[in-house]
Amino acid sequence: MKRAFAVARVADALDPGCLIVVCNGMIGRELYTHADAPSRFYMIGSMGLASSIGLGLALVQPSRTVVVFDGDGNVLMNLGTLASVAAAAPSNFYHVVFDNAAHGSTGDQRTISDRVPLDAVARAAGYRSVARARDERALADALPSFFQTQAPAMLVVDVERGNQPGIGRVDLPPPELTARFLQRATLKIRTASDHNGHIHGN
Amino acid sequence: MSSPSRQFLDLLERHGYDFFTGVPCSLFEGVTRILDAEPRYGYVSAVREDSALGLAAGAYLGGRQPVVLMQNSGLGVSVNALVSLHQIYDIPALLVVTWRGQGGKDAPEHLIMGDVMEPFLRLLHVPYAIFDPSTLAQDVEALTRTMRETHKPVALVVGKGRLQS
Repeated sequence: MKRAFAVARVADALDPGCLIVVCNGMIGRELYTHADAPSRFYMIGSMGLASSIGLGLALVQPSRTVVVFDGDGNVLMNLGTLASVAAAAPSNFYHVVFDNAAHGSTGDQRTISDRVPLDAVARAAGYRSVARARDERALADALPSFFQTQAPAMLVVDVERGNQPGIGRVDLPPPELTARFLQRATLKIRTASDHNGHIHGN
Repeated sequence: MSSPSRQFLDLLERHGYDFFTGVPCSLFEGVTRILDAEPRYGYVSAVREDSALGLAAGAYLGGRQPVVLMQNSGLGVSVNALVSLHQIYDIPALLVVTWRGQGGKDAPEHLIMGDVMEPFLRLLHVPYAIFDPSTLAQDVEALTRTMRETHKPVALVVGKGRLQS
């Protein structure tokens, strides 16, 4: 399955209230090109840190679902963060790893995730739920229920190498990405008990 | 009279800092002893300093004002997070960085970073103050003001004997 297709399918399966942190490289660009929203934080540099950012966010916003879109190269670059996630065990942290066993943004040089399966690493670290989708059908089967599984949870999605033509760059200035995400992440979501007409925010 | 470390944490809280993460150093062991023991701080013991900076960025995006504690050896690990995450995204944080190797008197692995740390912080455009008990309150206030105006990380450099109790 093409990575851009898989990124789009996962994004479309999410509740609009979810907060997404997406790693640098093609995955972020594919998400941005498919469907941008203020609740999506595109990390354009700092490779390896999307999971750390997602963990910090999940810990301080425990009532929000936090989803990290990651790549195998990113996960391998800061593998210790899987241990931090498992140790902190936030029940709102969902980690989706698009795995092509290659550094897709720099010319598909091989990583080592074909020999070190990241789902097994996450399971060993202590993620509460771990799944792997090897093709489109398996992804379609996994998606609706994955975001209801016990978290922290990881879904590894096997994708093909190669980049789809026509994928743009994230062209919003980084401070704007921060400001709009911060506003969205700290807005209190209206609940059934807030029926007397005022929106909570800060 | 509470310990210097307790007073320091109280001072940080008065300035609105409400998320603590980092990697330990013996030069602030008094602070991490409190953070480890008291769950109300929600201290996250990170595996690496750049991961701590990532955690801090996530906490900021979720509405908190983070503090990142590290040894100066961790500054080397932190460079890419500082310049390609915090600084370009306008994500503020207070870095509390110890000064191992200060004055050339320390274990060999600390001597070079100890020697270059101040020019290194200037090179990275990280405003900093040296921890001095007689000016600490004003320095934290000034650093915090700079951090809030610029939306960029600032550092407080902690020498030996300041926060070990």
